[in-house]
Amino acid sequence: QLSLFRFTVKRLFSTSRSSVDSKEMKKFQLLAHKWWDEEGEYSALHSMNDIRVPFIRDTLLNMSSNYHLGNPLSGVKILDVGCGGGLLSEPLGRLGASVTGIDPLEDNIRTADQHKSFDPVLAKRIQYKSSSLEEIVEESMETFDVIVASEVVEHVADLEMFIKCCSRVLKPEGSLFITTINKTQLSYILGIVVAEKIMGIVPEGTHEWEKFVPPEELERLLESNGFSVKTVNGMLYNPLSGSWSWMESMSVNYAMHAVKSGARGQSSPTDALSESESEQPSATAGTAV
Amino acid sequence: TSAVMAVACGRGLLALLAGRLRAGSRVPLRSVAAAAPLYDVVVSGGGMVGSAMAAVLGHDIHFHDKKIALLEAGPRKECDHMPDSYSNRVSSISPGSATLLSSFGAWDHVCSLRLKPFRRMQVWDACSEAMIVFEKDDLDDMGYIVENDVIMSALTKQLDAVADRVEVFYRSRAVGYTWPLPSHSCDTSPWVQIELADGRRLQTKLLIGADGHNSVVRKEAEIKNIEHRYDQSAVVATLHLSEATDNNVAWQRFLPTGPIALLPLSDTASSLVWSTSHEHASELLGMDEESFVDSINSAFWSNVNHSDFIDTAGAMFRSAISLLKPSGTAVRQLPPSVAKVDPGSRAMFPLGMGHATEYVRHRVALIGDAAHRVHPLAGQGVNLGFGDIACLAHHLSAAAFNGSDLGSLKHLLKFETERQRHNVSLIAAVDVLKRLYSTRLAPLVLLRTWGLQATNALPPVKEQIMAFASK
Repeated sequence: QLSLFRFTVKRLFSTSRSSVDSKEMKKFQLLAHKWWDEEGEYSALHSMNDIRVPFIRDTLLNMSSNYHLGNPLSGVKILDVGCGGGLLSEPLGRLGASVTGIDPLEDNIRTADQHKSFDPVLAKRIQYKSSSLEEIVEESMETFDVIVASEVVEHVADLEMFIKCCSRVLKPEGSLFITTINKTQLSYILGIVVAEKIMGIVPEGTHEWEKFVPPEELERLLESNGFSVKTVNGMLYNPLSGSWSWMESMSVNYAMHAVKSGARGQSSPTDALSESESEQPSATAGTAV
Repeated sequence: TSAVMAVACGRGLLALLAGRLRAGSRVPLRSVAAAAPLYDVVVSGGGMVGSAMAAVLGHDIHFHDKKIALLEAGPRKECDHMPDSYSNRVSSISPGSATLLSSFGAWDHVCSLRLKPFRRMQVWDACSEAMIVFEKDDLDDMGYIVENDVIMSALTKQLDAVADRVEVFYRSRAVGYTWPLPSHSCDTSPWVQIELADGRRLQTKLLIGADGHNSVVRKEAEIKNIEHRYDQSAVVATLHLSEATDNNVAWQRFLPTGPIALLPLSDTASSLVWSTSHEHASELLGMDEESFVDSINSAFWSNVNHSDFIDTAGAMFRSAISLLKPSGTAVRQLPPSVAKVDPGSRAMFPLGMGHATEYVRHRVALIGDAAHRVHPLAGQGVNLGFGDIACLAHHLSAAAFNGSDLGSLKHLLKFETERQRHNVSLIAAVDVLKRLYSTRLAPLVLLRTWGLQATNALPPVKEQIMAFASK
């Protein structure tokens, strides 16, 4: 079994960029310096932080018993795949996590590195690397507590391979967070026609409907590769207010949380907290004693 | 890619010549500025509002690992115990403000030093019999009269308690601010640069301006301020009453020259706030103590400004109300008479109103008098500031827990919208009241007489007013 494993890894390494689509890379090259303009091309991704960061944060807090509200993700090692300019890496870093952000496009990494360099706390907590997921698998086996792949899987060439690699670099019982777009008529109308062609929320040509991933398929791929899907939530973007919200229906955007099975094929970690519903702790100002 | 970035730089700079994101002079700084210590939040101005802001953030659990600085131009005031005599600068603290102060432990200190709760507020006209009385149904405390020094002492104590998070710079005045470009795509520091008078430099992700109505932060950010100097000054003094009494009522009478207010300090002492013309104010300060006390008593007791016409019209209206609402009128009570004034406690300061058109910019927020200035007739000044703090701290706490950039306009604008909505109506109302009560003209006196009598007869309206003012 071990030799088969090594063989598989070698095969992955030789076709190193096979989950990376070179056409996709060209699309993002042109906008590599636009990441941090909050009102610019990436404004929708900036405002997505308002729901995806609390989602990640609260899911992890609910699974843990030992944390401090002033530094909630302290000690958590996170891999941000397809980190782009670091839009999601930075908030996670501010919450205390040690973040490794990877992106195949060097210009994105350059932008991300430069942006974090002015904040000494972030500069220490976040490391960026220009790399594809496969390229880091060998040196990062079972290294990370959490992987986030936000708005990425709709751009990868081979989704199953991507998921397998995620599984390799994730510790047992580690969490995988994915946000992506569903493949439905509605997602074509809203996600491509309205968002790209009519309202220009997303730069034209960013997305291809063919590559959108329905949640059922994503769930199937995850479950058959050693993951247990815990949560799926629909997301909705309101172009008038420029803000995201959670939605029952997953017909356009959705977020998924899955947990890698334990070393001996055990199921999910026990909930140390007595909360049985996955509700988010209120973010109102608290006072330290 | 470097060519692309250079073009982006140029375009970025050009794009910033218009719009609200522009602020003051810009000197793009290279990484030399990395030497200056970087704070998450710097509060400029260590008065009641600035100190409370720094203390609230310092005690916030989501700011546990953050670095906060408070810049105060004056020296640190040591006051573990209060002098026996009362200070002449006092504030009326609303229940909402008391709640804020107790949220980080400062109210306990205030209570252990000294304060005076009041249960009733009587406001009446000098030109007519009209009056309005505010009190809570359950006769609970409506508010508290606290010396400003007591509040400052409590705040200093609570700042000391979080000294590992909040660094207070005394005798430090900021002389220059350098604003960052909003979406920096070039090699410039994204933080606000602050230069102190002694040459030291600080950098911060968010600058909070709490530096008073002549705010330097507001001026440097080139935020337009609507301001108006009233032709009035307020005379303050500490008074001793003729006889000890259950001094739990706040009294205010609207004279044509301006309102005179008596705020309880203890069973035998009250604080005076008399807003009047500049000339009269100087006169009052120059008088001997006996004449001063006589002027005060006469201002509260004399009916010289009454006219038969208004009295009759007022009486008619009152009987009309009592037909519809038998409990709607109450007897006008008279405030306690004053016997003595504390020597050396008389002072005066000019009054004005002001409102900043914007409370926030990228990485900048204004609170307290820097954002708005109001006439003391409603006792709201510092309470508006404390309300700003509660709102801003709420949004910053949520932003910190979301890992957001603290200086981001997104949550700063939420603070601005919430507070402007509340403050603008109150400031406008106070301004209208000030103007309405500054005249002897019969039609306006009649209008305000009937208006006051009607409002006094309508508990729902009074409750709304009290609720709004006690936030």
